[in-house]
This record gives sequence, structure tokens and C-alpha cells, in this order.
Amino acid sequence: MLRGLGAIIYKEVLQVRRDPATRFIFLIPVFQTIIFGFAIDMDVQHIATVVCDMDQSKESRRLVDRLANTQTFHIIGEAASEEDVRRRIVAGQAKVGLIIPPDYSARLLNGEQVSAQALIDGSDSTVAMTALQTSRAIGQVETGVLAGLSLDNPQVDVRPRVLFNPDLISAKFYVPGLVGIILQIVTMMLTAFAIVRERERGTLEQLVVTPVSRPALILGKLIPYAVIGMLQTVFVLSLMRFLFGVRIQGDLFLLLSLSALFLLPSLSFGILVSTVAANQAQAMQISLLIILPSVLLSGFAFPRETMPAPIYALSCVIPVTYYVQILRGIILRGAGLWALWPQTLALVGFAVALVAVSSMRFQKRLG
Amino acid sequence: MNETTATPAIVTKSLTRKFGPVLAVNAVSFDIERGAIFGFLGPNGSGKSTVIRMLCGLLAPTAGEAWLDGIDVRRHPEEVKRRIGYTSQRFSLYDDLTVHENIRFFGSIYGLRGERFQRRQAEMCDLLGLGPYLNRLAGRLSGGWKQRLAVACALLHEPGIVFLDEPTAGIDPVARRELWDVLFRLSGEGVTLFVTTHYMDEAERCSRVGYIYLSNLIVCGKPDELKRMPEVTPAGHRRLEVRCDQPTRALGRLRQMEGVADATLFGDILHVLAHEGVDDGAIRRHLERFSIVFHEAREIAPSLEDVFVMLTRARARSS
Repeated sequence: MLRGLGAIIYKEVLQVRRDPATRFIFLIPVFQTIIFGFAIDMDVQHIATVVCDMDQSKESRRLVDRLANTQTFHIIGEAASEEDVRRRIVAGQAKVGLIIPPDYSARLLNGEQVSAQALIDGSDSTVAMTALQTSRAIGQVETGVLAGLSLDNPQVDVRPRVLFNPDLISAKFYVPGLVGIILQIVTMMLTAFAIVRERERGTLEQLVVTPVSRPALILGKLIPYAVIGMLQTVFVLSLMRFLFGVRIQGDLFLLLSLSALFLLPSLSFGILVSTVAANQAQAMQISLLIILPSVLLSGFAFPRETMPAPIYALSCVIPVTYYVQILRGIILRGAGLWALWPQTLALVGFAVALVAVSSMRFQKRLG
Repeated sequence: MNETTATPAIVTKSLTRKFGPVLAVNAVSFDIERGAIFGFLGPNGSGKSTVIRMLCGLLAPTAGEAWLDGIDVRRHPEEVKRRIGYTSQRFSLYDDLTVHENIRFFGSIYGLRGERFQRRQAEMCDLLGLGPYLNRLAGRLSGGWKQRLAVACALLHEPGIVFLDEPTAGIDPVARRELWDVLFRLSGEGVTLFVTTHYMDEAERCSRVGYIYLSNLIVCGKPDELKRMPEVTPAGHRRLEVRCDQPTRALGRLRQMEGVADATLFGDILHVLAHEGVDDGAIRRHLERFSIVFHEAREIAPSLEDVFVMLTRARARSS
């Protein structure tokens, strides 16, 4: 019944060993293990925080110190006003803003209940949750400490307020980022497959002997997929708006323009994959290698704040990281270009570099 | 006719290509006059396709030069591409487009539109009989019809030189003959055809043949001239066609016979290269000793296969 089993297993092992795609088979689980093991740490620390201390007293500074000492918050600067705090959160510079009212110490010393406000960026779920819990606790701790200092009936209340997504609806966290992930996967795979298929069938060679110019060949392949990518963006954004009820707070035109910009590195990845892969199965495996970090490290699924330094650095060279920030910024926080120019510049940089590298490699592969 | 009539359609001088340390094509030189059907032969991996790919501008030569219609292939590859047609070894059109859509696509790449496209498509349908299949998906055509479609797409822009890399491999004999009829018509119209093939009978139909072996062009010329080369029929030798019973047994016996340089089996006929002193009677006596019945022997001219075999052996001996 099992005649020939050994022969087939032996042949299979030989082929697997000779298939260049094998190295990817082993690379992917290694990659996943490292990322899941190190990068996904739900214990958020060092949340970027700005402080607006309108009291500037010994007592108010004590509250700020207590906040900083938790390790959960990392004070990145002072803000002049509540307006300033909000502006920085919209811009994505800070995730939390602590606002201490001018009468904080006076009321505290009078034995009245005092409250400071913690504004929390609700566009990143894990960060918002942690900030919410920790800031509440800080008020209670401070109350206890002050009671020990024999103040009459001290009552410190840190009131958290989650901005942009007050009910912490998870669709709001994930759907905007998902737009970026979907866009990247689809455009990259479509492009890679379209080119690899032509090579597999020999039609690419037939094209190269015609007087068709190289730029025309590349652009002619890319433009249809860029259009499909843009249509998909609109489609997914509509689903987000009408199915999940996530409103776009910012400028829709800016959102679409920056999405178009993001298509450039994404399509270039597709070309790069096609220059490495010999057939469609390999193209699939290599694509996975790009998609995995895009999903896991871009901040789409897990907060980048918790990543160890080397993996954080890796997340900085992934284009979709910046696009996810742009999406959340415009859709949830209503951020404009004034706030998103660093991300926009990063995308421009990736676009220039990847378009250059991929078209050079493509030219070379054509012979 | 114009002033370029005098210049050969294809000229190569010491055309060489290396892939890393591997020498794929070694200093190949030839020239092919306009309107010729050049048959390019050689075993798989000998460098045939590499030569074609260099001439079409798909691959840069490592050394040497090539001109098509007097245009330097290395310096003006794009100019060359406008003047050539190419069909590759395997079908490389779009399976998921119809015959008409494939023709239209290649037509528009070559800038054919409107009336000129209509005229060329009609001419191609007429030449290759594609008319009834215009709306069929290319992937659903049989091998012979796919090859016709490939030829149609390669000819659309009226190129002066057409490269056909094994156009008849794997297609049926009728389709093969019909394709050759098309090639003869094109040649009659002054189109230069560069055809690779493994079939000796196709080689015999060519006006010029070249034989490449282990990256070297062993020989190149008109079939008749090649057959008269002294290396093909060594001095004092002649070729005999021998008919007898049990030809397979006879082959081994004849090879051992005194004065016989070589013997080959073609179906149930033997070709024997023998010293002039070996005549009918000698062969009859030799075979009868092994009780093989001899019918007849007559002198024949060498075939192209004989030419290639003899020259390859001579080459192997000298190196």
C-alpha cells in the first residue's frame, strides 16, 4: 500500500532543499517569533506627555513629578495653554496632556477638592487605555500621600478625558489604519503578480523586443494598479464612514492626496518583489515578508511606544508606519498638513528612493 | 529597391557573450544577404538563442559587433527593434486575450492605427488564415495556430528582418509545411528570415545554413557548397546508399568492414561512407558472410546532417 513512499519523500526533500523559496519558509516564522516575542508588549511605557502647569507651585510640580515617576508617562515639554496642549495632541507630538488649573495649590491648601485634567489621545487604543487607568490612579495616590502630610481632607482628582474617541470604540482605532494596510497589500501584490506573470509566460521578453520604451512599460503596468488602489482607498474609506460610522475629521482632499503619495512606495515594493521572484508562488512568499512587518510594526496593530529600540528603529523604515499616522491624524484628530509634514516628508523620501531602486532593478532584470 | 539593397541584412563580427565565466557564444561571425532564409542549427544549449537575443537587443554582447540593416545593434538597439520581428521559442503572447486583441495590442505598440492597422490585420489574416479565429482566446488555439498568431504579431509592422526561434517545434506536419509556405512567400517579398530549427529537412529548405556547436559557429554557407566541402567527403571516399535485409544487424557489420569510414541508419536504408575501392560486390560479399541478403547500393550526395556530423567530429578531433 505504501510502495514508493520513501522515494517520494526523498525526492520532495531534495526539491525543497533546492528551491530558493525555502529560505523564506524559514525566515517567516523566525520573523514572526521575534516580533511577537519582543515587539508586542502591551505594557505601555513612556507615553509622550505635555504639561500645562498654570499654577507653577510646589504642589503642582509634585503632581507632575508623580506622573513622570510612574514611567508610564514621559514628559516631553511644557505647553503654554490648553489650546497648545490640544494642538500638540492633534499634531501627534504628544499622546497625553496634563492641565493643572491656576488655583491648584491655593484650593488644596484650603482643604478644597482640586482637579487636574488629563487630555488623552484616543486614536491609539492601547496607549489611551493605559493613560486612562494610570492617570486616575495618580490622583488617588496623590490624595493618599497628602493625607499622610496631615492636610485637612485633601482630595486630588485627576480627571481623564479621552479626545477624538471618547467611548474608545475599537473600530475607530483599527479601521483607519486598516485602510493603509489593505492599500499596501493589494497594490503591492497586484503589481508584483502582474509583472511576474508576464515573465513566467515569456510575454515580457516579447515586449522587450518591440520598440516600447522602458518607462512606458513600467508606467503602463503601474497606472492601472494605481487607479485600482485609489478606488480601493475610496471604497474602504466609505465602508469606514458608513458601515463603522467613523467620521473623517480632517480634510478629505488632503487624505486622498497623501494616499496617492503612499501608492508610490507601495507600487515600487511590488516591482521590487517582481524582480526577485521567479514565479507567482515566490512572489507570494516574498510579499508576505513585507506585509508582516507592515501589519505588526507599523503601529497599526500594536503601539510603537512599547517596542524595544532595535525594532522601533525597524518600524521607522516602513513606509506604512507614516501612512497609518497620517490616516489616524486626518481621520480621527482632524490634523492638517501643518501637523503631518514630517510623515509626508518621510513618504516623499520613501517614494523617491523606492521608485529609483525598483526601476533600476527592473531595467537590469530585463537585460 | 533602395540603396540598402547592397548591404547585407545581418552582419556579425566576432560576436561573443559570456554569462559569468561561461562562454555562451564564442566569436561568431557571419553575414546574411537580404531576402535569405537563414537556417540556424545546433544542439540545445549551444548558443543559438543567445545569438538571436543579442541580435534583437535583448542581451548585450560581451564583445564583438553586429549590424542589422547596417545599424549597429549595440549603439542603436531601439532603432533596430523597429525593423525586426521576433517569435520566441515558446508561445509568448497573451493567452487571456483573443487573437484580435493580441494583434491589436502589438499593432498599437508599433504605432499602427486606423486604416493602416485594418489593412495589416486583413493582410495577416489572409497570409496566415487567422480570419475565422479572430475572436477566440489565444490560449484556446492549438500549437500550430498559436505559432501562426505569433508570426502574425511579429510581421504586423512590416519588418525587413524576422527572427523565428524554433517556430515549428511541437507542431503537426501539416501546420509545419504551411508555415514554411508562409516563410517562402515572405522571403520572395524580400523579407530576411532567421530561423532556428532542429529539423534537417527544414535546414535543407534554407538558402543559407549555419551550424553552432559548443558556442562556436562550425560552418556557415549555402547547403550545396557545404556538401561539397572536402571535410565532408574525405579524399578517395564516397557515400553509398545501401539497401539490404536486417538493416540494424547490417549496420554493425558494415562498420567493422575494411574500407568503411562510417555507416548510419536512415529508416531501413544504410548510408555508408566508404573508400572508393569498396564497391557493390565487396559490400554484397561482406554482408553475405553474415547471411544478410543484399539488394543494392548506389552513390549519393551527402545530406546536411552528414555535413554537420562530419564537421563536428573533425572539430572534436582537432581540439
